[in-house]
Amino acid sequence: MKEYSSLKAIQQELQGGSLTCSQLVEHYLENIDKKVDLNAFLETYSNEARQQAQVVDQKIAENRAGKLAGMVIGIKDVLCYQNHPLQCSSKILDGFESQFTATAVQRLLNEDVIIIGRQNCDEFAMGSSNENSAFGVVRNATNPAHVPGGSSGGSAVAVQADMCLVSLGSDTGGSVRQPAAFCGVVGLKPSYGRISRYGLAAYASSFDCIGIFGKNIADVALVLEVMAGADEFDTTVSKKSVPEYSKALSFDRKAKVAYLKETLESEGLHPEVKQATQATLDFLKTEGHTVESVDFPLLDYILPTYYILTTAEASSNLSRYDGVRYGFRSTSAEDLQQMYTQTRTEGFGAEVKRRILLGTYVLSASYYDAYYTQAQKVRRLIKDATDKLFEQYDFIVLPTTPNTAFEIGAHNDNLVEMYLEDLFTVQANVVGVPAISIPNGRATNGLPIGLQVMAATYQEDDLLSFSQYLLES
Amino acid sequence: MPTLSDYEVVIGLEVHVQLQTQSKIFSGDANQFSTTPNTNISAITLAHPGTLPKLNRQVVAHAIKIGLACGCHINQETIFARKNYFYPDLPKGYQISQDKAPICEGGKVEFVLKDGKKAVMPLTRIHMEEDAGKSSHPDEGAYSWVDYNRAGTPLVEIVTDPVVCHPNEAAAFAYGYFKEIRKLVQYLEICDGKMEQGSLRCDANVSLMPKGSQVFGQRTEVKNLNSMRNVQRAVTLEIERQFGLLSAGEQVLRQTLNFDAQKNTITAMRSKEEMNDYRYFPDPDLAPVMISDEWLQEVKQQMPALPQQLQDKLMTDFGLSAYDAEVITEEKALYAYFAQTAKLTSHYKLIANWLMGDIKEYLNQHHLSIEALPVKPAGLAQLITLIESGKLSHTIASRELFPLMLKNPEQPAEALAQAHRLVANQDADELSEVIKGIIAQFPKEAKAYKQGKKKLKGMFMGQVMKQTGGKADPKLTTQLLDRLIAEVE
Repeated sequence: MKEYSSLKAIQQELQGGSLTCSQLVEHYLENIDKKVDLNAFLETYSNEARQQAQVVDQKIAENRAGKLAGMVIGIKDVLCYQNHPLQCSSKILDGFESQFTATAVQRLLNEDVIIIGRQNCDEFAMGSSNENSAFGVVRNATNPAHVPGGSSGGSAVAVQADMCLVSLGSDTGGSVRQPAAFCGVVGLKPSYGRISRYGLAAYASSFDCIGIFGKNIADVALVLEVMAGADEFDTTVSKKSVPEYSKALSFDRKAKVAYLKETLESEGLHPEVKQATQATLDFLKTEGHTVESVDFPLLDYILPTYYILTTAEASSNLSRYDGVRYGFRSTSAEDLQQMYTQTRTEGFGAEVKRRILLGTYVLSASYYDAYYTQAQKVRRLIKDATDKLFEQYDFIVLPTTPNTAFEIGAHNDNLVEMYLEDLFTVQANVVGVPAISIPNGRATNGLPIGLQVMAATYQEDDLLSFSQYLLES
Repeated sequence: MPTLSDYEVVIGLEVHVQLQTQSKIFSGDANQFSTTPNTNISAITLAHPGTLPKLNRQVVAHAIKIGLACGCHINQETIFARKNYFYPDLPKGYQISQDKAPICEGGKVEFVLKDGKKAVMPLTRIHMEEDAGKSSHPDEGAYSWVDYNRAGTPLVEIVTDPVVCHPNEAAAFAYGYFKEIRKLVQYLEICDGKMEQGSLRCDANVSLMPKGSQVFGQRTEVKNLNSMRNVQRAVTLEIERQFGLLSAGEQVLRQTLNFDAQKNTITAMRSKEEMNDYRYFPDPDLAPVMISDEWLQEVKQQMPALPQQLQDKLMTDFGLSAYDAEVITEEKALYAYFAQTAKLTSHYKLIANWLMGDIKEYLNQHHLSIEALPVKPAGLAQLITLIESGKLSHTIASRELFPLMLKNPEQPAEALAQAHRLVANQDADELSEVIKGIIAQFPKEAKAYKQGKKKLKGMFMGQVMKQTGGKADPKLTTQLLDRLIAEVE
């Protein structure tokens, strides 16, 4: 079977009778099977997907199918799906099954999406290379010696390698956009509070967003409009009405675009990535859009702020994994204290433990003001400065990542280098604005380059239509 | 050798009040006391991954009420924070509580001590939080049990300022304050006040310092005192314990202590080295709570009358003494009983006497609350009316009719009195005159009968029958004869 690159194409054939959902599901299952070495899926729900395909085919025949009929998706292993395992790619959740379905996932199911399986990721979404999974690394389909990015590596590769049409990931500091860039697909992180977090296993609650991987803007827009909006189970989600993003994808005005001088002058920026970004900016200029360089002296503070606050929240969010009520419990413990320490020592991987320790440290009484309080203040400054930019500009354009996908194991000895992979993506999470990564050509080694566009809070409609415009041009 | 009177006690109390709501503070699970473990739970209560807290607005309204009742400042933007520590009965590994910007700050509680003196307890703050579950540790077996029914039950914690007291007065002060809090929350209908079920719990911070000192001594915290009496006992005991240490030249250690009510002892739970650093930070899962002026106004309008106001009312509108007013407002239900009865009879002092006398005695004996009293306000009003109309002496009412009413609550008081011939009716009056005449006629025999010559009863009965032409009811005759013979000098 050929590779379908949009829901629109699929739905046309489904309506025309030349394709069935059952055939589609078989196609994706075959692909998953064929590319099992990429390690993108932790588990496929093949029988359920086949059954659901029949149900949707029937609905199509009866002309009562939902608007996502024909869309086969995979979900990152941090999203709850009732009566299905949820492990966050961690040993500590061994044997755990979720008792409810995430609001966002349920809304997709209500529109007849077919879930084909759950996808590998960095443990508890902590990582930038998908090397931190308890179930092994995920490989980049373009070059399996390279990482797919992280933490939603499996979800990115699944779309890249046509194992499903769309994936749901989560983005706390770039975990959707960075792997999207590394794998050459579209990756959207919406505004904080646009999509309910109910049913998303928490890493850092004030940063976490469910994000979307797709092969084009239209699919991503459609999935967003179905998932987004108020939810009685998440009081931090916005009650703002949700536009029909998928129906407003034409961008026919002149945009005011800013780029952060510091990002393009950044030391670690790969020349080919810089060039690709510059080329886009030049194109926009030629097309008559306003493109201006702006100073953002706070850039250097974004990453430390991000790591202090996310680790602080994570240290608390991950306290519930204690071996008492569910998941893994060490068998070697003799008393309560040992049960806690050994369960958590054996159950969590190195990166998760590192971040729990860091977070506990920055929240401890003696260092609280120096780190946590200070970082909160800096977060406010970064937010104010970014919001101010959006008073003058429609978009900020910058590279998604400083480099293309690196080799597996490349940063094993230097974690700070690994953390620097998030340099350009964390700003959107620190501030809460929407951001997207779209393919922006390839480097000479054949690996994809991503371009990131940020817009003001809740301006997903503009962000998506502008991205569509960039991709078409 | 210094004596206890050379010291002053600094005392501070933290009272946890379980709030009465339909559901828990952050989930839809039922907020009910249940004896079957782990029945009022869900994925949210058990802190499954992906779950989020959702604030129950009723909890905020309850917290505002207690704040208003204590004259606190209400923070109209209030923030929840996480208090991080590990314990198996704490599902999330943190308790959602409040740290900075609690819902209420300042305020005070006024109350009356046992000796009638007025006292004031200044408050630091009142904050909202969730309760933890309950662990139990059976003597047998390698496991502990955890019941999460209580986890997520809404609480307010009322924290007082440290107050300097005379050592002999500290315990009574703590007792009086705790009692007043119980009274308040019951009047506000935000807590059932059932201390045996843990609805109200008190932690007491106690320290001693030399009289006149400006520097507080090392304090200890006695945890989980679940009755007013235990608060008083534990504070007394802790003062003695610290005095003992200081007298012996030893230091008081900063400790968390446990009071054993059965053994009347205080033991250390954990020492300072094991003290937790709770790493409070604002809970990112919960937006700050914004209390609008409208909402605040709405809650203000729902405020019921408070015990102090009702005491004043009892004294001015019903002419009761300060003491009576204090006792009757001790419990909201008792006041309600009084108020209902007072609608049916205007003999207010008699109502108060009955409530504080026979009724209280009966309730105490049977460990009942006023709501469970078989005699309802209408019955008491009838009883009082009977007495006031002269149909019944107070003694008969108390000894005979009231016990009958307790056994036959569905029957009207007057009917019961009639049936048991307690009421002085026409027939009985006539018969009494006849009997009195006969007694006057046979004074010697009457005296001998009274002194125990029971044989003479036949003679008297015969005389009564003779004089009434046999119409006298023998049962009534016997009753009246016994009563009138008893009155013979």
